[in-house]
Amino acid sequence: MYVAVKGGERAIDNAHALLADKRRGDRNVPELSLDQIDNQLALGVDRVMCEGSLYDRELAALAIKQARGDMIEAIFLLRAYRTTLPRFGASEPIDTGAMDIRRRISATFKDLPGGQVLGPTFDYTHRLLDHTLTADSDVAPAATAPADEATFRSVADLLAGSGLIEGEAEATGDVGDLTREPLSFPAGRDLRLQNLARGDEGFLLALAYSTQRGFGRNHPFAGEIRYGEVEIEFFAEDAGFAVPLGAIAITECQMVNQFTGSATQAPRFTRGYGISFGQSERKSMAMALVDRALRARELGEEAGSPAQDEEFVLSHSDNVQATGFVEHLKLPHYVDFQAELGLLRKLQAEFFERGTEIPMQDAAE
Amino acid sequence: MTAPVYNFAYLDEQTKRMIRRAILKAIAIPGYQVPFASREMPMPYGWGTGGVQVTAAILGPQDVLKVIDQGSDDTTNAVSIRKFFTRTAGVRTTTATLEATVIQTRHRVPETALNENQVLVYQVPIPEPLRFLEPRETETRRMHALSEYGLMHVKLYEDIARHGHIATAYAYPVQVDSRYVMDPSPIPKFDNPKLSNCAALQLFGAGREKRIYAIPPYTRVTSLDFDDHPFEPYRHDASCELCNATESYLDEVITDDEGHRMFVCSDTDFCEQRRAAGHGPVAARPQAEAAHD
Repeated sequence: MYVAVKGGERAIDNAHALLADKRRGDRNVPELSLDQIDNQLALGVDRVMCEGSLYDRELAALAIKQARGDMIEAIFLLRAYRTTLPRFGASEPIDTGAMDIRRRISATFKDLPGGQVLGPTFDYTHRLLDHTLTADSDVAPAATAPADEATFRSVADLLAGSGLIEGEAEATGDVGDLTREPLSFPAGRDLRLQNLARGDEGFLLALAYSTQRGFGRNHPFAGEIRYGEVEIEFFAEDAGFAVPLGAIAITECQMVNQFTGSATQAPRFTRGYGISFGQSERKSMAMALVDRALRARELGEEAGSPAQDEEFVLSHSDNVQATGFVEHLKLPHYVDFQAELGLLRKLQAEFFERGTEIPMQDAAE
Repeated sequence: MTAPVYNFAYLDEQTKRMIRRAILKAIAIPGYQVPFASREMPMPYGWGTGGVQVTAAILGPQDVLKVIDQGSDDTTNAVSIRKFFTRTAGVRTTTATLEATVIQTRHRVPETALNENQVLVYQVPIPEPLRFLEPRETETRRMHALSEYGLMHVKLYEDIARHGHIATAYAYPVQVDSRYVMDPSPIPKFDNPKLSNCAALQLFGAGREKRIYAIPPYTRVTSLDFDDHPFEPYRHDASCELCNATESYLDEVITDDEGHRMFVCSDTDFCEQRRAAGHGPVAARPQAEAAHD
């Protein structure tokens, strides 16, 4: 007989208690500390900060712990917190040329001022499971040496100096913010880049990959990828000058792409740009490829591929939005389903009344 | 790391002002979708963030809030949203439709007629009625601007040609004040007539899609149809087995493994009020299982 669908509140409370229990897991296993997550799952923290668009390692580590390692859930937690924070202004543009370099490579020049700095990378490792990591490992600290160079000019700047690559547009000072104003189309490049920087790594990776396979090919070279710390400065009205707030780690990717030119302009290389918090090279490179693909119209290229479709890319890149809407199908829909069920029964009844041999077009009469 | 301190009804006052401006514009242009800078809320997109932001923006300490999902106060998401406002705003909540000053709903319009002191806030997943005919926002905005709604009529006509009926059972498109075609949110078309000439203000919030729209009180809202195929609200040819209501929207509940089913009011408050007033089930009456019309 009919069971009243009551007691939702208690069921929810119990589900949350069970979740907390599962999150902690076996009590004989030591609990994870935020420091452990920050230090030993650092790239996960980087990703959560980047797509959560909030630079705070401790909060990102907390989000990862609370989300039981579900990265999109952790990103969501960070976003939901970020949105409550007051905005007191925007920092000065960061100077990535003045970066304290941890890693810097170029695929376009064998050597260049500053050299190739490999830094901490999975590249060239053999992907063999390292069973020594199953137990406590005793890792000797890495050797260090004084840096040869204090500053590393960017490859794009070196090329721009000789007129071989397009210059970047002059900064106007007005930068959009899609978390404060709803995104509309066509979107400026500032908003596109903001959207991509917050966008899902997997989504951007797949789109970038699609351009390489011919869906909007743009002939990229990894001009430069650099990872390290940059100073953040804030112009304080009261003081009348920019005050340093601290340093953040970022990864920047400058893609050098196929040239463009016209009757009045000499042919030159074009650029795609990618940036992310922490060390997130896959994300930065994918972003740079998609940024370049989205410039198709501006550069007078044919634009028929998914990665070149601004509305398609920008409307679907946000994994917090995407996961919410996909997962909302878990919510009850029985009222709508009932309406559909009723309509379907009616159509079926009419169908069987007519007899199956009568063609469907009679229905219009 | 600082522990967060939240404002009344969660959103900061700046954000509330921004949302209120969007609401005022929406009321001034009935049925028009006003873009607004939707915030990330502590519940997922698609779970009512638009409705929650609208409610947060209009809620005052004196308000009495009711939250329903599928017509019921007890569905999990309704419970969750009600709890959210109890915690962040401390407002009084109710399940009684007539006691509430603000009613947030998903997928239903209450059966009880609303009054001028009430606001009905709808949660909207896809605010654009033309979206499934034209996926591009740039295009659909132009179509609205030019009142270019031919495509929608062609779709409805094709339904009739193929099925003999307009094959839309919920989120049935309406036209507001003879101007904008509007998605009434995924309410069953049974509820569409309640939108028209309603005494309460009706606000629609779509968080993920960043749109707010409104139907001011006593505004004419018509469901799209044709002269020879007029709009007909659908209802099961049955009555509620708990309160014997014949005019309410019914949920079908499967009662055993043999597929037996019964019908009960989807609006739980409506059903409870009727039972409290002495309406009871009709004993052992066989329920019609087929749809009427």
